Amino acid sequence: MTDVVEPLLAATIRTAVPLALAALGELLVERTGLINIGLEGAILAGALGALVGASGHGVALGFASAMVAGMVVALLFVVFVVWIRADQIIAGTALTLLSMGATGTLYRAIYGSSGAALSIPTSAALPIPGLAALPVVGTALFSQPPITYLVYLLAPALAWWLASTHAGLALRAIGDRPDAAEAAGIAVDRVRSLAVLFSGALGGLAGGTLVLAQAGTFAEGMSAGRGFIAIAIVALGRWTPLGVIGGALLFGAASALQFAFQAMGWNAPYQVFLAVPYLLTLAALAGAVGRARAPASLGQALEPRR
Amino acid sequence: MKRGAHTRTSRRASVAWELAQAGVVLLAIVGTTALLLAAGGYAVDSGLAALWRGSMGSWYAFTSATLVRAIPLMLTGVSVAIAFRAGVLNIGAEGQLLAGAAAAAAVALSLDGLPAVSVIVFALAASALGGAGWASIAAFLRARFGVLEVISTIMLNFIALHAVSYLVRGPLQEPTHVYPQSSTIGDAIHLPRIAGAGRLHIGLLLAVGASVVAGWVLRRTAAGFRLIAAGESPSAATSAGGIDVMITTTLTFFVSGALAGLAGGVEVLGVTFALYENISPGYGYTAIAVALLARLDPWRVAATALLFGGLEAGAGAMQRDAGVPSTLVTVIEAALILAVVAVGALRRRSSVPDAATGPIAA
Repeated sequence: MTDVVEPLLAATIRTAVPLALAALGELLVERTGLINIGLEGAILAGALGALVGASGHGVALGFASAMVAGMVVALLFVVFVVWIRADQIIAGTALTLLSMGATGTLYRAIYGSSGAALSIPTSAALPIPGLAALPVVGTALFSQPPITYLVYLLAPALAWWLASTHAGLALRAIGDRPDAAEAAGIAVDRVRSLAVLFSGALGGLAGGTLVLAQAGTFAEGMSAGRGFIAIAIVALGRWTPLGVIGGALLFGAASALQFAFQAMGWNAPYQVFLAVPYLLTLAALAGAVGRARAPASLGQALEPRR
Repeated sequence: MKRGAHTRTSRRASVAWELAQAGVVLLAIVGTTALLLAAGGYAVDSGLAALWRGSMGSWYAFTSATLVRAIPLMLTGVSVAIAFRAGVLNIGAEGQLLAGAAAAAAVALSLDGLPAVSVIVFALAASALGGAGWASIAAFLRARFGVLEVISTIMLNFIALHAVSYLVRGPLQEPTHVYPQSSTIGDAIHLPRIAGAGRLHIGLLLAVGASVVAGWVLRRTAAGFRLIAAGESPSAATSAGGIDVMITTTLTFFVSGALAGLAGGVEVLGVTFALYENISPGYGYTAIAVALLARLDPWRVAATALLFGGLEAGAGAMQRDAGVPSTLVTVIEAALILAVVAVGALRRRSSVPDAATGPIAA
């Protein structure tokens, strides 16, 4: 039993970590009423940033430059959406497109069009003494690269921050009633900009995780829709940090099950597993699975600047 | 929109205005490309020359590369344009295209034996229905539960991709069960080629037709008026115009899906002749850029689809002949969209500072 469950659990966590990172950032953005479709671009930029940063400089610098790269994409989103008031969906789509083009072009320009096989330092697993020895779940949960533990800490921290701090309350107020928040003296544009930048940093970290803790290299388009999946996870997690972790685990489990089925040579339509989380997300959005409540102003055009 | 101008001179002036704008866009593209080439350390002249050669440099390049790519972009571009005009942010053209492609392949393969023309007609009709059906899921979720179509159509794009992945390994897989693709559609059921124009097929007529008809409907018919009114101000359309906004937007969503589905059907019957996973290199996403650059006008979409078809065709040649990464073109496309939305937003802000504006007046 253990030898089936343990690798499955480990694969679930591995897939879930970058998704959770990206989704936790997107969660804050959506709680301010915005939808950042450019998240996919931030992840991709983070992945290339990680490769460039880690080549010759080590894992830590890789993660740092991944964050910076993600924040650059996020800053563009701030400029176009918060400052210029361009349509957020269109700007986000364009930024994802821009990142796909720019990372592909830069990668080929820096490393040659063949994309020479690169070996960069990767983030090794750091077993937590005691916990890692737990039966079944020990290695899967507690013998992971440090970035995984960051997710464990970040989700409850964000949950507390949103629920219990003045700043968290202000952020939630913006998502529900931006005009009222503005009238109450909250600097709506500034909070939104900071939330987007924060999500860019986390999106970049998600991309960095793919490169530094998983693949060990960069491939064009390696974000493979994770930014969009993260948006789904936020909805599936009903716009709460702990819900987001649950959603990320569900998507992770679906992908782990798919690989398990393929590895065991079962002739089952594994695509069903891959499609189920999306179907559940649609059901959650429609209110069939629990009570999903989106921030009231989510996705609406921004109020004119005053 | 400066319209209501039917006199000859003003019409001539507006044509000149359109041409001037097109010229500015082309200059901007050439300028940005040159700038990016120079920044990347590539030879600007040979890069631009390859871009030209691959897209417009020869009759073959123009018909078999540029126009063949412009066809799905035109159909999906019109699909996105009318949806956005109605305030329906359908970014699911990619999924609807896949649904249409799957429907067309299924019908074309299962009706083998009927007269070829009728099979083609049925397959194309099935692709339009498939696309509309796929869009109807998001339309229903929006109308019934208020689910944002931006999110639901993204989900449906992924589900469509997984569904096609299943179909080409399951019910629709070719008989030897080796390759993840459907059987090849018989020669007789291919869309006829246009004589003397290489690989160009008559799907072009459908695409141009869709653009012309959609533009005419928006400009001249009551249905088009309702569609635009619903998009620009749903509350005013309801109260002052007596328009049932929900019915209007839902119908627009169907038609938008049907056009994207048709793009998939035309692609299967005219270009790929089989269903497989990577049947679309992201036409449904590029379509958003095509529609926006056309400022959501179906007539202009015909021109912008041609432009983007040419860019994508030229990108390959640039990579082959000048060693320039073909992804450079994606950067240019993205920069174009950003420029268009930014200019639109800035102009809106300077002209009507406090007016409530439509969802996307690009």
